[in-house]
Order: sequence, then structure tokens, then C-alpha cells
Amino acid sequence: MSKLYTFLKYFFITFWTVFVVAPFLWAVSTSFKDFQSVNSKVTYIPWLDFEPTLEGWRVLIKSPAKGGVDIVEPYFNSIFVTCTASLISIVLGTLAAYALSRFTFKAGFVRNNDITFFFISQRIMPPIVLSIPFFIFLSTIGLLDSLLGLVVVYIVLLMPIAVWIMVDFFNRVPKELDETALIDGCNPYQAFYKVVLPNSIPGLIVAGMFCIIFGWIDFFFAFILTFTEVQLLPVKVVALNSSITPWWSLSASALISVAPLIIVAFIVERYLSKGNLSGALK
Amino acid sequence: MNFKHKFVFLFPGLFVLIGILIFPIIFTIRLSLSGWNSYTPEMNFIGITNYIRLFTDDPRFWESFFRLSFLSVTTVILQYVIGFALAMMVWREIKFKRFFRVIFLVPMMTTPVIMTVIWRTFFHESLGPVNDLLGGLGVKPILWLSDPVIAKFTVIIVEVWQWTPFMFLLLLAGLLSLPKEPFLAAAIDGASPLRKFVYVTFPLMAPISIGAIIIRLIEASKIMDTVFVLTSGGPGTATETSSFYIYIKGLREFQMGYAATLSFTYLVIMIISLTIIAKVLTKLMIKE
Repeated sequence: MSKLYTFLKYFFITFWTVFVVAPFLWAVSTSFKDFQSVNSKVTYIPWLDFEPTLEGWRVLIKSPAKGGVDIVEPYFNSIFVTCTASLISIVLGTLAAYALSRFTFKAGFVRNNDITFFFISQRIMPPIVLSIPFFIFLSTIGLLDSLLGLVVVYIVLLMPIAVWIMVDFFNRVPKELDETALIDGCNPYQAFYKVVLPNSIPGLIVAGMFCIIFGWIDFFFAFILTFTEVQLLPVKVVALNSSITPWWSLSASALISVAPLIIVAFIVERYLSKGNLSGALK
Repeated sequence: MNFKHKFVFLFPGLFVLIGILIFPIIFTIRLSLSGWNSYTPEMNFIGITNYIRLFTDDPRFWESFFRLSFLSVTTVILQYVIGFALAMMVWREIKFKRFFRVIFLVPMMTTPVIMTVIWRTFFHESLGPVNDLLGGLGVKPILWLSDPVIAKFTVIIVEVWQWTPFMFLLLLAGLLSLPKEPFLAAAIDGASPLRKFVYVTFPLMAPISIGAIIIRLIEASKIMDTVFVLTSGGPGTATETSSFYIYIKGLREFQMGYAATLSFTYLVIMIISLTIIAKVLTKLMIKE
């Protein structure tokens, strides 16, 4: 019985690992192919099945005028928009979460939970519902097709995540902590800044990582709200997926775009193993 | 504590969010009462004509809605079962534990729309590796993207690949934070692993499970990127979800007014049904 269980367990783990890794291996292999080795028959292993070439990677840094793709600028745009929006969301979200965790609000039938729900419920809205009004909104204030416009939109996307994680986290930070600080003569802001915040770093890191993930992976808003002036990475990569798809540069650009966040997987795992994440994510 | 301080903490975030959202929401409601389309691009007032059209004369929207329900519920159940199984397996000591944890987390860090582009070449019916390898085993080429039934499952496979890690992460974090005492008690009583799971682990995990399922349902109901790149809603309308249908009406056919009607109706249905699901799940999973 227990032998069978162990066998099944390792079988399942192996199966899932292969399933997770397969598309990446395929993309790595494809990124070194040329037209011939993609379109004649299915090939897998470089040198054995096909002659590898660096062309797929080279076009990524060439300027479009020379027939390249140039993903350098979109790359930096993506980093800028994701980081700025995450930072603003974390700051505002953490403050709001602290208020919702420590004080009681009462306005008509609205209580703390309703305000928290209001924040989190913004995630229910599918991007398409917001994209049409945002399109008109941003064109009215002249921010269509600009980095700043995207940052504004991404705040709506990310602040709910920050509030969700931080409210839960602050609920776990003992209230005595701030009370002691207040008795010691701090005002509420000092208590928050000097005592609560330093004790909330694991929560802040988790919230930050989630904001960065969900900002980095957004496609639809960037797709609808930008055209030529500003391009974000996902839009640029998907644009390659046209009628005659260059599978090699597509794979190369896809790998480069997903690479930075894979580091996040290692950080998350570290926190899991140290037990710091459990408190922040329950 | 002094009471005016609490507003200083809450209001910046609250007002920024409301400030950004108030226009889109009011605008959507107002737009849904207009006949804005490519012939008359103006904010006229046609009352509830759009809503009447939606409820009496648009089976395609309701079909897309039921398709979405099917896709999101199926993917979330699969993600929950697989995510829970994976979390259980790397919860306790196992060889290469940290390696597997990282591997299981990786897909959620990747951009769905970009990975879907890769999946599209992966499932390519004549040049993709899946059909080629299956062909080696003597299986006839499977129409992953052009058969109306199979295309739905291809979408499900990609969604499960992408988001099982999220479920896995929430459940593993939950497992790691469980108190030790109940497990010791069960061990002393000599409970079998199965009984331990049914009577100790699962009940303790119920609140975390509910939270994780609701969050995933919210996110899964927005399935759009995957469909957009993988199948464009096709073949025909076989994988068209509500979001995608609204996208077609609004930004391809420019029936802005009608698209706003769809958006608003969709939003109301989603908020109501997610609230009901949350209540029912809580009842079902927490007995006491």
C-alpha cells in the first residue's frame, strides 16, 4: 500500500515537472531554429535534428529599420510601468490596509469589511469592461498612449492586491505593538512608521511581489490603451504572432520576457521555506 | 486612539481608487443607455432598448456566459485538486523539495499571453511537438485548436498549467502555517494517512481553501488573454467567453453602447454569483 503510494507520488511529481518544463524546453529549442527547421518537419535537438542559428536572438536587438524587432525599449517601458504602479499601489494600499485593520469605520450601513470588499472587488472587473471607458477617459485628459496613462490604469489593477494581502497581514500583527508605542509617546504616524512597518517587511515583500507579477503579466490594457508611442513587452511579443509567424524570434523574445520574474519564484520559495510567507498569505 | 487619524491612513488609497474608477463606471452605465455605434457615434439616449435586446434577442452572449462558467469552474476545480495534491507532496520532507517547489511555482510568474503564444506553436497541428510525439506512438493527429470540443480542453490545459501554481502557493503557505498539535494527536491515535487527511488536514485547510478558490474563480472568470491568442474565440464561437464577446461587440464592431450594456450586466451577474458561491462554499466546507 505505502509502496504503491510512494510510486504514485513520484510518478505524479515527475509528470507535473515535465508538463511545467515542456513549453520552456520547446521554446529554447525553437529559438535557435531557422525557417527550414521549423517548417519542414518537427525538430527537437540542436545539431542532431537541425543546425542551430542565433538569428532568432539577434533580431531582438536590431532596430526595426533593419528588419529587427527591437524589444529593448518595450522592455524598459514594462519595467517602468510595473515598478511605478506597484510602488504607488503598495504605499497607498498599505496605508489603507492599516486603517482598515486597526480602526473601525462606520458610515450608514458601510463597515470595515465592506470597504475592504470594495477594494478587493475591483479585481472582479474584467479588463474589457474598463478598457472602453478608460480609453475615452485617457484620451480626454491626453494620457492615451503614454506611460503615465498606463500607470494610472495599473494602480486600479494592483492596489486591490496590496490591500488584500496587507489587511490580512496587519490583522496578524499584534495590536499591543502599536499600543505600546503610543503609550511610549509616539503619535499614530510614528507608531505606524517606526514600529508597525519594520515588523511588516515579510508582508510588504509578498504584496510587492504579487503587484509586480500581476503588473508585469497584464496584456489587455496595454493592448487597448497604447499604439505606437509606447509599447509594452507583452504587446510587442504578441504582435510577432501575425500571419507568417517567425517562431524563432517569437520564442526568443518570449523567453527573455518571462525570464526576470522566474527569479521571483526563487524568492517566494525561500520565504516559504523560512516560514515567513505563511503569515502573509493566509 | 485619536479618531481623525484613521482617515489620514484610509483616504489617500480610497480616493485615488474611486477617483480613477468613478468616471469609467458612470460612463459605462450612461453609455449602456445609448445607441453609440459606428454609424451614430454619439451619446444619445435610447432608454433600456439595449437591455431589452440583450435579454430577448442575444443568445450568443448567454452562450458565451455559460461557456465561461464551464471553463472557469472546470479549471478552478482542476487547479484546486492538482494544487492541493502538489502542495501535500512537497509539504513534508521529500528529496529535492526546494527544487520541486520552485518548479511548481514557475508558471504563475510567466506572462499568460506570451506563454500562450508558445503553447500555440506547441499545439500546432502539423508543426507542433505534441502531435508529432503522439504520431510516433501511432496516434492520429489531434485537432487541438480547430475542433470545437477539443479546443475547449486545450484552453483548459493552458489555464491549468498557468494558474495551478497560484493555488499551490496559497495552499502550501496554508499547510506550512497549520498548528502541529492535531497531527501529533492523530499520530498517537495511530490514524492512517487517509484518515489523517480526511479528519485533520482537510478540515483545518477549509478556510484557506475557500479563500483560494474564490480568488481563483474571480481571476478565472476573466479568461481572455489565453482565448485571445490561442483560438481567438474559435473555431466559430466554440471558445468565446463573455469578455471576448464584449471585446468583439465593442472594439471590433464598435457597438459601444451595446457593449457597455453587456459589460454592466456581466458585472452585476458576476458580483451576485460570486457572493452566492462564497456563501455556499463556506456552508459546505465548514460544518460547525
